[in-house]
Amino acid sequence: MPSNRLTKRIIACLDVDAGRVVKGTKFLQLRDAGDPAELARLHADSGADEIVLLDITATSDGRDTLVETVRKTARELFVPFTAGGGIRTVEDTAKVFDAGADKVTVNSAAVANPKLIQDIADRFGSQAVIVAIDAKRGESQVTNAEVWVAGGRTPTGKRVLDWAREAEGHGAGEILLTSMDRDGTGMGFDCELTAAVVETVSIPVIASGGAGNAQHFADVFSAGKADAALAASIFHFGTHAVADLKQTLLRAGIPMRWPC
Amino acid sequence: MIAIVDYGAGNISSVKKALERVGATAQVTSNPEVIAAAERIAMPGVGHFCRCDALNQGLRESVLQAITHGRPFLGICVGMQWLFEGSAEAPETPGAGIFSGQCSRFPADVKSPHVGWNQIELRGDSRLLRGVADGAFVYFTHSYRAPVIEQTMACAQYGGAFSAAVERDNVFGVQFHPEKSGAAGLKILENFCAL
Repeated sequence: MPSNRLTKRIIACLDVDAGRVVKGTKFLQLRDAGDPAELARLHADSGADEIVLLDITATSDGRDTLVETVRKTARELFVPFTAGGGIRTVEDTAKVFDAGADKVTVNSAAVANPKLIQDIADRFGSQAVIVAIDAKRGESQVTNAEVWVAGGRTPTGKRVLDWAREAEGHGAGEILLTSMDRDGTGMGFDCELTAAVVETVSIPVIASGGAGNAQHFADVFSAGKADAALAASIFHFGTHAVADLKQTLLRAGIPMRWPC
Repeated sequence: MIAIVDYGAGNISSVKKALERVGATAQVTSNPEVIAAAERIAMPGVGHFCRCDALNQGLRESVLQAITHGRPFLGICVGMQWLFEGSAEAPETPGAGIFSGQCSRFPADVKSPHVGWNQIELRGDSRLLRGVADGAFVYFTHSYRAPVIEQTMACAQYGGAFSAAVERDNVFGVQFHPEKSGAAGLKILENFCAL
């Protein structure tokens, strides 16, 4: 038996607004995006290794995370479940965990107050806190990639690689790296940036932004060295989307949890 | 009734939910009398081993007494590590010492924490793992691991082999999270409820 049988993870993300799943591209908005609890279960049944629920408007308009949505979604879900969006305090985190989430993502609030990461890690363990980084670099090199906050509306002047290292130092258990340049394009993950973050930190890195087909996942796991890859809209096409993807990746030699 | 021991470590609600899903009645408690009266005891726990200090201070005796009386006990993650003698993560915090050995950090050549789905390799005839396939995938999230010992019923491989499940008489421990391991995990919890 090989010394390391840990699989790469496929994470289905539900972007939620006002209790409903919303889709990131214009094309997909033609269909009703659905109920978070139903979609989460559908994805888990299809083989998603984890579910992430992001309240995409929470930070920008100042609402609390939709604790009730988390509660309903967690009820019938028996795979790891992460919630994020608008988490500002340890108390917010406690509410989300009490509602049934296993991990939280922190983004803007962690940039404003990095000690938040440590406070959550001290109380709930590092494995419970994922630092989400929204990165933008345009045509420039990965070392110049910049951290944006407030749902991608505000640049911070922070370098992505510096912030990833700092977040790890504060006790982050994982990094969720979203390429704003690729997000919603379906052109593939930013493998170069992902690999740079993977090489900077020693905690797991989840790649996000740009997934359009199975090859993109194969690329981000090999060239991008990602531990996990997250996508939203491409999984909403059909009920077997995750299962088909995992079978394709297995054929490409990527270690996957299968059968589920 | 299953008492889920609450000592301030980690996500208790998902363990309760998963036990209820397999038909059990479960109560989250930090009351020694409730623990003493329970038919079965589950002790989850994620995060730092020093959380076991809280357990050692108020609940250690009632938990150990229930174990002595033959009640089925299931330790999950840090709850399993507590069954060993201790952990390098918090050397001053004693474990229960029901299983021999110390928990240690992963070697530097693998990423820590070990997060994700990994396969378990079955060893021996486990009552807890009955009906679970050799090579089944389960979900792990931890930075320290317990050694492989005589009572190890399943190993996982990550920077070498470590104990994924241990079992002796009425005492069971799993390093992974059955409440987060899909159908395989629910099967394990169902087995525990039927012991």
